[in-house]
Amino acid sequence: MTIVIGFEGSANKIGVGIIRDGEVLSNPRRTYITPPGQGFLPSDTARHHRAVILTVLKEALDEAGVKPEDIDCVAYTKGPGMGAPLVITALVARTVAQLWGRPLLGVNHCIGHIEMGRLITKAHNPTVLYVSGGNTQVIAYSERRYRIFGETIDIAVGNCLDRFARVIKISNDPSPGYNIEQMAKKGTKYVELPYTVKGMDGSPLKKVCDAASKMLSSGECAAEDLCFSLQETLFAMLVEITERAMAHCGSQEVLIVGGVGCNLRLQEMMGVMCKERGAKLFAIDERFCIDNGAMIAQAGWEMFRSGQVTELQDSWITQRYRTDEVEVTWRD
Amino acid sequence: MSQEQSMGLRKLLEKAELLKQGAEARLYRTRFLGKPVIVKERFPKRYRHPVLDEKLTHRRTVQELRAILRCRKAGIPAPAVYFVDHSSHCIFLEEIVDSCTVRDYIVSTQQQTEGQQLGWLAERIGQILARMHDEDLIHGDLTTSNMLLKHTDGAERQLLLIDFGLSYISALPEDKGVDLYVLEKAFLSTHPNTEELFERLLQSYTKASKKSEPVIKKLDEVRLRGRKRSMVG
Repeated sequence: MTIVIGFEGSANKIGVGIIRDGEVLSNPRRTYITPPGQGFLPSDTARHHRAVILTVLKEALDEAGVKPEDIDCVAYTKGPGMGAPLVITALVARTVAQLWGRPLLGVNHCIGHIEMGRLITKAHNPTVLYVSGGNTQVIAYSERRYRIFGETIDIAVGNCLDRFARVIKISNDPSPGYNIEQMAKKGTKYVELPYTVKGMDGSPLKKVCDAASKMLSSGECAAEDLCFSLQETLFAMLVEITERAMAHCGSQEVLIVGGVGCNLRLQEMMGVMCKERGAKLFAIDERFCIDNGAMIAQAGWEMFRSGQVTELQDSWITQRYRTDEVEVTWRD
Repeated sequence: MSQEQSMGLRKLLEKAELLKQGAEARLYRTRFLGKPVIVKERFPKRYRHPVLDEKLTHRRTVQELRAILRCRKAGIPAPAVYFVDHSSHCIFLEEIVDSCTVRDYIVSTQQQTEGQQLGWLAERIGQILARMHDEDLIHGDLTTSNMLLKHTDGAERQLLLIDFGLSYISALPEDKGVDLYVLEKAFLSTHPNTEELFERLLQSYTKASKKSEPVIKKLDEVRLRGRKRSMVG
């Protein structure tokens, strides 16, 4: 029996999760929400995390009914992400690891998403679409690496949506993307926005966001219609690059992870594409799509069981950490 | 196209052999005007908004036709176009008989030998891409699945490019660099341990192209951009 605790805080969500051999014992989380029209800055985010992390840690232990001595390994997000928030989480992880006398494991955030997705959906070897506020990648596993087949050329899809949410000044509670999704449901008019896909890479998404903002200020169409059109355009691009990767790899499974993966319209569109190809779609709900501690614990569990450990002197954090840099020792 | 002609096309496709369903289109094999043809049908994508779908599909078909024509005029091997139907977005292409994709060729060769026998292939690919880029044609979706190797009688195997749906015209080194970057990523993800082979491809490209220096420079920049990108959240 192996119990792993995971600390995640690379962006505005701070989460602590505990996993025991594939069972999620607890997964509490807090989100730093800024006023409408504002994004979140690293120092403010770090301050928020610092204020709540110990409470969340206690919640995780209480909910799981687990004591420190039961824990086998302490996993934390090594990167990628925002510097200051990452430092806070790493600091707490290092401290409890030393306090409890347990080994540390620095986990790649993206791989956390993937491993959680695999655990929850039991997808066998899917083409993974990882799409969030900070990342947009199409990933497939091959020979001990999660290889990046395609990615955004500039900003992530979630970032594009977040920026547009700031432009139309909608609430960031519970998340800007969620509120855009609700507004999009009320949109009816489709407005043409720039659409380009370069092979398996995405288009300059800043251009799409700017075009949408311009149309809004010119008064040509309502915010709801733009939300609708923005989603239709962005998600069509995502489905297209995913489909290309699937065709290239000969894969019949798709797994969507990352915060934007919560979006039901995206899941719906991906589902239609899968049905037409005879492929299967695996999607997860907001508990695990959105950044959370359990996903770090799960990836940590896999890494720990395959013999990996992070020495204290190596337990630094990094803002830039490519998904394909990690050797996936737990799969063959 | 008239109602009758549409019906005729539908009947033809019904009797044709469905070869495969790619990401973009369905490929059928049949005969047309006495020749073996591949019919590429860009079918409607139901996940997309209908207005977006129609615009995109039409654009892709036209871009592909223009690119093939440009290639052939410049002596770059690509299948000939026999016929087009814009209402159903179908292109009738010359079937390249006795061929396989470069992807399949590399995979099977690597299984059998240590892969040293692929140097000539890498060089050939580099040469063809150099010629294409010198014509200011960007393929847009370079992968080893989009290159065909035709087995001819002699020792010489002909290399052809296909699938020009994402292609466009550009003289910018940035666009050519990104074109090569897309190939590099697809190449290395699909065929592990081929870094040296791809280097050879780039060397061959550099030698064969008249405008290669700024392109390779841009390729290096784009590669770094991937490394340097801050991945938050």
